[in-house]
Amino acid sequence: MAKNTLYNKVWDAHNVATLPTGQTQLFIGLHLVHEVTSPQAFDMLRERGLKVAYPNRTFATMDHIVPTKSQIRPFADVEAEQMMQAIEVNTKEFGVNFFDFASGRQGVVHIIGPELGLTQPGQTIACGDSHTSTHGAFGTLAFGIGTSQVRDVLATQCLAMDPMKVRRIEINGKLKSGVTPKDVALYIINRLGVKGGLGYAYEYAGDVFDSMTMEGRMTVCNMSIEGGARAGYVNPDETTFAYLKGREYSPKGADWDAAVARWKKLASEKNAEYDDVVRYNAADIEPMVTWGVTPGQSVGVRQTLPDPATIADSGERQSVELAYKHMKLKPGQKTSDIAINVAFVGSCTNGRIEDLRAAAAVAKGRKVAQGVEAFVVPGSMKVREQAMQEGLDKIFTEAGFEWRLAGCSMCLAMNPDQLKGDQISASSSNRNFIGRQGSPTGRTLLMSPAMVAAAAIAGHVVDVRELSV
Amino acid sequence: MSKVIHIKGRAVPVVGDDIDTDRIIPARYLKEITFSKMGNYPFYDERFNADGSKKDHPFNRPEYQGASILLGNVNFGCGSSREHAPQSLVRWGIRAIVAESFAEIFAGNCVMLGTPALVASKEDVAKLQKLAKDEPQTEFNVDLESMSVQAGSLVVPVKLPESRRKALVEGTWDSTALLLANADKVKATAQKLGYL
Ligand code: SF4
Repeated sequence: MAKNTLYNKVWDAHNVATLPTGQTQLFIGLHLVHEVTSPQAFDMLRERGLKVAYPNRTFATMDHIVPTKSQIRPFADVEAEQMMQAIEVNTKEFGVNFFDFASGRQGVVHIIGPELGLTQPGQTIACGDSHTSTHGAFGTLAFGIGTSQVRDVLATQCLAMDPMKVRRIEINGKLKSGVTPKDVALYIINRLGVKGGLGYAYEYAGDVFDSMTMEGRMTVCNMSIEGGARAGYVNPDETTFAYLKGREYSPKGADWDAAVARWKKLASEKNAEYDDVVRYNAADIEPMVTWGVTPGQSVGVRQTLPDPATIADSGERQSVELAYKHMKLKPGQKTSDIAINVAFVGSCTNGRIEDLRAAAAVAKGRKVAQGVEAFVVPGSMKVREQAMQEGLDKIFTEAGFEWRLAGCSMCLAMNPDQLKGDQISASSSNRNFIGRQGSPTGRTLLMSPAMVAAAAIAGHVVDVRELSV
Repeated sequence: MSKVIHIKGRAVPVVGDDIDTDRIIPARYLKEITFSKMGNYPFYDERFNADGSKKDHPFNRPEYQGASILLGNVNFGCGSSREHAPQSLVRWGIRAIVAESFAEIFAGNCVMLGTPALVASKEDVAKLQKLAKDEPQTEFNVDLESMSVQAGSLVVPVKLPESRRKALVEGTWDSTALLLANADKVKATAQKLGYL
């Protein structure tokens, strides 16, 4: 059992009671809701005659199904339109805060929580979405839940939970130039495996995270779940406080000072005990690319694709063989041999302003390769607005990228943005699962936004450092 | 709420590590605003070609129709938190899952539906899968009291966190009522947090 970590402090502060089953009743400080995993939960409340217990701690938006080319209602897709109407009716009937298009605050749920200042250190945060781990960047305990649990949080603001173990992942030293937080996340998953984090919350620490921006920390925490860890966090520090200062829902005046004083006590203590500790060197991390069908099947961009024969574990070897079959790739191939059809910059992993700036820096003054369909989807209306103020939209469109409206887009393709046939995409999102991007035979290569932009321009995977920025 | 103690039935092996929730239920079926039709969709893209013709998948084979126990391998149900994944399996007829390991959110979602997600050793899962493959008519008996699975001449131990076992066996796996009962304590906790 871990001791004196941020995880312990946050867990203990929110521990309501021990349930008859032995589980902990955990209070949830912030509940984020989106259109896909909530309609059934609201229906369950209706069936049982229950209300939302803390409507002022519940914030909803829509992101998964919204089209990114035109958001004029009614949507062309009848089911998507129904889903929109459901969240409109549900949030109204149950008195829940709702960020729709008219609010100017709509966006991917994990992008808007932080940018509005809703996400604050020391909170417990739940959302019917596995990438809720993103919010851990602020020193929160944040995790994804299923729809029946959404019902529980709506009805009681609590969850029945079993404790997690804590693994500290410490990366010291300095990242090489061209290596981004996405590469750090992919590297960790490659080293620890997609199931390495089962049962754990990850604490990210060391020089690399100390000097990382909040947006970078969000990218890494976002991908915790891809390594099997339901939650991941970074201890809050001055970088955290500076990011939050002045945001819409951040405390103001004397409340701000009191909040910062409280937040300063949250970090894991020097004498903290962990269930596990792993250490890596920053200098070992290269720009990463996935080549397979799990986020752990990746290589440094200058490496060649691995030989399944060298894998001892039979289950893993089968996974790798399946990956080669699906991806139509061969062991020993160079990553730069992989031509792409589609380039997607966006998602809750890499759809924030810094991600768009990084992609724009690569795109600037260049042209998307012929035959590549490239598009940029800001993570929220606010990110979009900011990017346009900075002229990033012009850089993208001049280079041949389409500039879209905010949403999840081709991260999961529950909207018109989908791969066709066995198209292969360079994608800044988080999952390369079979069928994830909308076509059962579609193929996904995960990489950083700068690497996606570089691939769009080269027409194939390329080390972004070879295109001098 | 019903107690879940003994589950009897035939077993269907779904072999492979890291079977993610996008494979269990493709995202396009998440556009439905109720779970009622989810039973039509488990493993959809692995079971059907684009033209609707059937592919070879255990969920399509005649011998596994009506099976109630799914036998999986490592990290079953990884990926998204979509409850649609266990919903689709449960509504297809699955009432217990035995695997080498589970993704955490998926396992939690299963319990919320009264469906145990049980862990067995690699060797034991291989034996169970082989039996279900060679003799698909075999009746499997999952017992949450002795925490074992019996099938033919095999008896293998299985694991489930005690809190989940208790919730299933005592019929308190639908946690809303348990959580509501502590409303006063919830208020007290909320008041101390300093950020509400
Ligand atoms: S961007 Fe992708 S991972 Fe993030 S919430 Fe949307 S669909 Fe999920």
